[in-house]
Amino acid sequence: MSQNKYQVAILGSGNIGTDLLIKVQRSNELECVAFVGRNLNSQGMSTALKLGVTISDQSINYFLDHSDCIDLVFDATSAKDHKIHAPIFKRLGIKCIDLTPAKIGPMCVPSVNSLDCLKEININMISCGGQASIPIAAAIASIHKDIEYIEVVSSIASKSAGPATRLNLDEYIQTTEDGLKHFSKAKKTKAILILNPAIPCINMTTTILCKVKNPNISALKKEVAKISSKVQSYVPGYELILGPLLENERIIIMFKVRGLGDYLPKYAGNLDIINCAAIAMSEEYAKVNER
Amino acid sequence: MNNLKKKLLITDVTLRDGNHAISHQISQKQIAIYCEAANSAGVAIVEVGHGNGLGASSLQVGESAVTDKVMLTTARKYLEKSKLGIHVIPGFSTIERDLKPAIDYGVDVFRIASHCTEADITERHIRFCKTQGKTVFGVLMMSHMANKVILADEARKMQDYGAEAIILMDSSGNYLPKDVEEKVSFLKKHLRVSIGFHAHNNLGMGIANSIAAIQAGASLLDGSAKGFGAGAGNAQLEVLVSVLERLGYHTNIDLYKMLDASDIAESALIKSLPVISTTSIVSGLSGVFSGYLKPVKRIAEEYNIDPRDLFFALGEQKVVAGQEDIIIKVAKKLSNS
Repeated sequence: MSQNKYQVAILGSGNIGTDLLIKVQRSNELECVAFVGRNLNSQGMSTALKLGVTISDQSINYFLDHSDCIDLVFDATSAKDHKIHAPIFKRLGIKCIDLTPAKIGPMCVPSVNSLDCLKEININMISCGGQASIPIAAAIASIHKDIEYIEVVSSIASKSAGPATRLNLDEYIQTTEDGLKHFSKAKKTKAILILNPAIPCINMTTTILCKVKNPNISALKKEVAKISSKVQSYVPGYELILGPLLENERIIIMFKVRGLGDYLPKYAGNLDIINCAAIAMSEEYAKVNER
Repeated sequence: MNNLKKKLLITDVTLRDGNHAISHQISQKQIAIYCEAANSAGVAIVEVGHGNGLGASSLQVGESAVTDKVMLTTARKYLEKSKLGIHVIPGFSTIERDLKPAIDYGVDVFRIASHCTEADITERHIRFCKTQGKTVFGVLMMSHMANKVILADEARKMQDYGAEAIILMDSSGNYLPKDVEEKVSFLKKHLRVSIGFHAHNNLGMGIANSIAAIQAGASLLDGSAKGFGAGAGNAQLEVLVSVLERLGYHTNIDLYKMLDASDIAESALIKSLPVISTTSIVSGLSGVFSGYLKPVKRIAEEYNIDPRDLFFALGEQKVVAGQEDIIIKVAKKLSNS
């Protein structure tokens, strides 16, 4: 065990938590000191065990006894649970990256506001569609001062949408719309989510559609190229596949998001992007901690 | 077969599906005029809204000329005998933003829809409408894309959430009567609730498919005045009512007044009567959502490609309803090849 790595724990042993674990294991800055859930027999737990990571089924209670050796926790449970967890982490002095739509802490998109977020003890990673679209919404906003309307349509493979995603479509929409509004200052925002069952599974695509008074496409092209390479530095599968272009009085910009295929299949870019963003932020926290 | 006493529930989708045909530009006045006519004809349910339903006005699919609020409150004023229905796709519309206001506007019938393999995304919307004491149907869109066993599994989920009927939509106008017969009779056998069918006329089967559905055990049918709907249009309602009458089914619709309503629709809201255009035939064959017709034609022209090639390419990609953004991507690729 290396002493100078940043000590993180993962709460929530589902798909998201397990994929995070594999990403943490690969990081030079981070070390996973605990993988915590409710059920030792889950697939995630056995993956963690094989990787030699300490596991626990004590859920939030685990942290009460181990707060000394944990710098930061990823909460990959549910919005309902995170609302209970957040004050406990705060009391224990553990920083928290929230992957649920609970929105306790400020919204974080690493390519847009990572510096501001490093001052915070709890940050929220918004949603997969938010991580894919907000950098672009911010790019549009940096060139166009009065955005009338921004809309984001994400299409994902049915197989990448688990029961929680399906039950929480409304929360996904609300959270993504709030994030878009916050970062773009657009008067109106809308998020749409489409599930496509095609086999082989489709890669996640996210399209940003926008109405502004005087579109400046050539300036936007440069800005989009700049911000998307920033996103690519932590989400390697983030790829501009169309635009920016004007069609039918709309600005259209389309991205494909291919996952790293760590624990989740490569087509599940929607799950990968939010995890990549969370890892990027935890590494930023680790660097600040060193200084 | 004894049809003599069999009652059917008809939903008139002119003011919702027809909105696709005019890029969602239906006006308040047109809604008022047609609702009055349909109401006086005694149509059971009049569905009103953006082509993709509640909360679907968007740059992706097309912006509505008037808000959901205006559409629904206007319709409400003119519907007395007829019930007011809406189409709802979770992923577009949410309970807080869309369903709660719709209940306040006085909507009676909520038709909660998903792509035919994704019924579990309708659970919360169906349960919510049920707890509000509303009539709720489950709708499986693009139902040609799944086999009868999968459709029955998905329909059963909706039934379990509380849907009082399940409607199979032939959103692409891809079915032939034998397909309808096979799927409807299988669902009828495996579900407790009533089954309905929503036709599109891309292959000229709108009426034939509707009749096949009834004969296989369906008891709800959709149609629109003059067939005014997405793509090649729906089952032409005044024809459907006439055929059903000859076959001895009861719809409680006054035929003369239905014929009048259809003429009123033609003069008040139909810009060009639906025809089975050559592009619509290809749309039906390729199994692509009928609502794609307008954007496909526009984008094919912009990229100087054959809309038929574009439809077939979209069909190969197995696009579902709501993926209009993909049309440009595919068109661009075709124009470069």
